Amino acid sequence: MMIHIAWRNIWRNKRRTVVVLTAVVIGVWAMIIMGALMRGVADQFVRNGIATLTGHIQIHARGYREDPVIENSMTDPLEVEEALAAVLPGDARWCRRIRVNAIASNARHSSGLTLVGIEPEREKGISFVGEAVSGGRHLAPGDRDAIVVGKSLIEKFHTKLDYKLVLMSQDTDREIASRAFKIAGIYEAEMEATEKQFAFVAIEAARGMLKLRNAVSEYSVLFQNNEEADSAAGRLREILPADRYEVSTWKDLLPLVTAILRMYDWFIFLWFFIVFIAMGFGIVNTMLMAVFERIREFGLLKALGMKPRLIVREVLTETLFLLIIGLIVGNLCGLATVYWLSDRGIDLTAFSKGMEFAGMARIIFPIIEMKDLLSANVVVVVLGLLVSCYPAVKAARFTPVEAMART
Amino acid sequence: MSIEIKMAWRNIWRNTRRSILTISAIVFATVLLIFMLSWQFGSYETMINTAVKVHTGHVQVQARGYREQMEIPLVVSDPAVVKAALGRTEGVAAYSFRANAFSLISSKDRTYGALVIGIDPEGEMKVSTLKQLVRTGEYLSPGDNGQVLVGRLLAKNLRVDVGDELVLLGQGRDGSIAATVVLVKGIFSSGEDEFDRGSLHMPLAYFQEVYGMRGAVHEVVILGKALDDTAGIKLSLEKSLHGQGDNGDLAVLDWKEMMPGLVEAIKMDLLSGLIMYVVLIVVVAFSILNTFLMAIFERTKEFGVLMAIGTRPGRLTRLLLLESTGLTTIGIIVGVVAGALLTWHFQVRGIIIPDAGEWLRQFGLPERMYPQLSFLSISIGSGIVFIITVLTALYPAFRVRLLKPVEAMKAV
Repeated sequence: MMIHIAWRNIWRNKRRTVVVLTAVVIGVWAMIIMGALMRGVADQFVRNGIATLTGHIQIHARGYREDPVIENSMTDPLEVEEALAAVLPGDARWCRRIRVNAIASNARHSSGLTLVGIEPEREKGISFVGEAVSGGRHLAPGDRDAIVVGKSLIEKFHTKLDYKLVLMSQDTDREIASRAFKIAGIYEAEMEATEKQFAFVAIEAARGMLKLRNAVSEYSVLFQNNEEADSAAGRLREILPADRYEVSTWKDLLPLVTAILRMYDWFIFLWFFIVFIAMGFGIVNTMLMAVFERIREFGLLKALGMKPRLIVREVLTETLFLLIIGLIVGNLCGLATVYWLSDRGIDLTAFSKGMEFAGMARIIFPIIEMKDLLSANVVVVVLGLLVSCYPAVKAARFTPVEAMART
Repeated sequence: MSIEIKMAWRNIWRNTRRSILTISAIVFATVLLIFMLSWQFGSYETMINTAVKVHTGHVQVQARGYREQMEIPLVVSDPAVVKAALGRTEGVAAYSFRANAFSLISSKDRTYGALVIGIDPEGEMKVSTLKQLVRTGEYLSPGDNGQVLVGRLLAKNLRVDVGDELVLLGQGRDGSIAATVVLVKGIFSSGEDEFDRGSLHMPLAYFQEVYGMRGAVHEVVILGKALDDTAGIKLSLEKSLHGQGDNGDLAVLDWKEMMPGLVEAIKMDLLSGLIMYVVLIVVVAFSILNTFLMAIFERTKEFGVLMAIGTRPGRLTRLLLLESTGLTTIGIIVGVVAGALLTWHFQVRGIIIPDAGEWLRQFGLPERMYPQLSFLSISIGSGIVFIITVLTALYPAFRVRLLKPVEAMKAV
């Protein structure tokens, strides 16, 4: 009965209802779109971070993260690999790497970078370099003198495919080891900074140059989704002796990204809240109008003995209907827009240098997360009902006599 | 006209509660926009100032092509010429010379590559904040041959502290090998990892000796009296340098050309901010559209009477527009005052965004941020609100012309 009355009441003045609904719909739509875009940006940070040679879990010899030199390598890979085999689910992948700071130079240029010895086959699908080779060829297992470098490095060094690049680094005897490689492939990455930072050789070549036998400086593990990392890392920590190994998850390895994620959580919620305030004024004002227009009606109801509590409930039910209609349409519009954008993305290549500066990807894809959707809707319903308590209580307080005396 | 203003004013206050709610919505939007825009402008200014003070200066004179290639032979071979030109330039607050060379840095048991920067210790103090960034040890003095300042992360990687020895190995201007042994005099920390991990500073005179520069430098770093002087300095320097004929190989660059990423990031941030504000104001506009529309719903009879006694539709439109702009203006005035006070409060106290400190540091921003109240942020903020609200009010104001007096008077 109450529901029936409320439903009819909100359509008594169609235009007014449509106007306030429009406010709610645009508001909810803006919440969902902007929330999804912010989430998309945050997600790019995470994905970029994980793909840039991080993975979900890394295993190092203790001390390597503090002081990443070749002496701090894991000399007994078998021990680690057995642990990995015991802990990881079948669909997780892992790879070995040698990773040292090095200096690259040719006749006219030199620059510091990170030299990474990889297993080309295993690396595929774990880090970006598996698929990023755009010119020349990728490394083959056992390549002795081939190197794959970033496009920006090629430009900076004024060099090209098949030219030589000399790399210097400290070997296990703390001597300077240097070796000439031939540029076999060129890769492209999301960030110019990445392209300048990493140069890849086959793991055997790196071992040869640095006088390592079978040591590994880093294991990187990738799961199907980000959440699996914590529990697997916990079990790896139990198996691998803590005095010799350090197991880190992507959250430990990318503290900046984790901080950004938390910050975006705040931003998104703040945005929801601010948009709500903007539409809240409309909801209160419209409900007030609706209530004041019907003073006589409420007066009559009270004169007939309707309890104030029921009047409050009646007005709140009307608001709830308004909100629910607004939410349904707003959510649908928002989801449709996100769907429409989901394979196009928002192309910010026009600002590519700015995106690079901010550490962001060039194309942003919106991402809907259940918790954002939920909090947007909860914010609107809860706060919407809360603010319309004002008109509702106002309506319940009309005394029959004064209300019916009005025209 | 004055009767109309009087009528509009009284009409606004016919329903005090509704008007106050509407005004509050406008106040809210105005306050938010003024605050957010001031915040954005404030952070841009801090970012530009930090970047300019730590890295580039407002304007630099370099050999043409040096910025892209950073090759050591691309030098400003006669700094005195630039110095003379600077003497004739207005708006210059300070200038200093720098030279750079990528080198191999070895400590007792570690080797890393880094950019060795030769600075004039006294001149540098006036153009950059390097001196304030030295956290342990001391800043360089002019006679400090063989002493260097090392970035915090580089020092950590090399496992050295103040007083330790470093071996530098690089390439001189003529391609010969440059090598020397130096002592760490101080360790600096800017918070930007790339800078702290990849650079080392030594006195310019010593740099020129080690790298065989023969008196040449790579960069003339110029700081203007204010950011706005940049364009003027650049123009007048270009004129006087290129006027001397043989200096066509020198390029005059301003900070925007040296840091295109920063400029674009600012543009992008401003654009995305503006999109958000416009969306928000549209929501506010629909929230208050009902107030304006009420004019037709509630006062139909009144308008019918007014028309019947000879009021022209144009006058009714004007009356309604006066009412809505009146409401908007009150809202904006209150909003500007409140927004300015709020912003000013935080401008004095600063704000800390939770969890953002580390991120902000990478852009050279401090953890505590200060919004910057300006004429621009106030006028843009209130301007957007005013335009969108008045646009909203147009519909009811023109809608009223469609009323037919006879029917309108019958309305309840």
